[in-house]
Amino acid sequence: MSKLKSTLGIVAIAFITLTAMSCKDNKNEQNNADGNHSEMSADEDHSKMNHDNSDEHHDGDKKEMAMSGDGNSQAVLKDYFNLKNALVADDNAKAKELGAILATSLGKLDISKYTDAQQSDLKDIVEDAVEHAEHIAESDIAHQREHFKILSKDVTDMVAITGTEMKIYEQFCPMYDNNKGGAWLSMNEEIRNPYFGDKMLKCGKVQREIN
Amino acid sequence: MKVVKIIAIVLLVAFVGIQFMPTTRNQSDSVPSTDFMLVNNVPENIQKKLQVSCYDCHSNNTQYPWYNQVQPVAWFLEDHIKEGKAELNFNEWDSLSNRRKKSKLRSIIKQIESDEMPLYSYTLIHKDASFSEAEKQELIRWIEQLKDSI
Repeated sequence: MSKLKSTLGIVAIAFITLTAMSCKDNKNEQNNADGNHSEMSADEDHSKMNHDNSDEHHDGDKKEMAMSGDGNSQAVLKDYFNLKNALVADDNAKAKELGAILATSLGKLDISKYTDAQQSDLKDIVEDAVEHAEHIAESDIAHQREHFKILSKDVTDMVAITGTEMKIYEQFCPMYDNNKGGAWLSMNEEIRNPYFGDKMLKCGKVQREIN
Repeated sequence: MKVVKIIAIVLLVAFVGIQFMPTTRNQSDSVPSTDFMLVNNVPENIQKKLQVSCYDCHSNNTQYPWYNQVQPVAWFLEDHIKEGKAELNFNEWDSLSNRRKKSKLRSIIKQIESDEMPLYSYTLIHKDASFSEAEKQELIRWIEQLKDSI
């Protein structure tokens, strides 16, 4: 009798274990069936989440900075500058948050008013920049700064096409990246280094003014 | 004692059971025309290094050793490959814009330079996948060249 009981017990537990396992597997299979698709939709969900988030932020910032809204390059610039400031402040967590926000505003950039050639350039730029912004959203600060360097190039190239409503300074620190240097954009002429933060806050010089 | 026995039996049954759970294997017979090796002029030794050290997780074709067919190792590996391919798929290299190619090459260099890739958990088992210092330098130099040519 007790043997029967324990056998039943074993079968029950095994059944439960297998069911639990197969649940995981089903999920896997689904993922596989959809392939990249499901990953994309996960990303989309993610960005939707950030999207809500960013809207809140946008609202706050809009009042503060009185800048134009979503979908244009000014919104991208604004989020880029916020991210830069977080890196200047050595704030890894804030930079993660702002990286996600920037990825969203980049995704919303409306390129329809540009010429075909410009649109194709902007598409490339945005695609690349979004990837860097997404990485910034999930990396340690050293990695964030690596991605920020390439992101800055993307944003600079974007501004070359879209122009800017305000005066922007392109600044450069020759010491970053094993003395290969790193550039960034700023709204202020005064140097605040996003690559070294507190360690070398004022390292760098203004390379160019963009109007 | 009896409890231990029961737990052992349950675990064994579960272990055998999960072996029947299918995983999707990352294998493909054909190499698409967008493959990194096909669109770039890659020297043979570099080709070999990339194949052995990178392509298992960064292409559509993984060379599976036997233990990777055993669960739950296979699941673990499946996740890694999925993640690796999402980040960079050498088979689809030429579908990237020049800007993104440059970005990817830059990231590849950083990852190799800082020993983040190939992953430690991978080289631990695949001894031949790890780079010597000289191989690292050679590979980085070649990738730098490619990046500057784009």
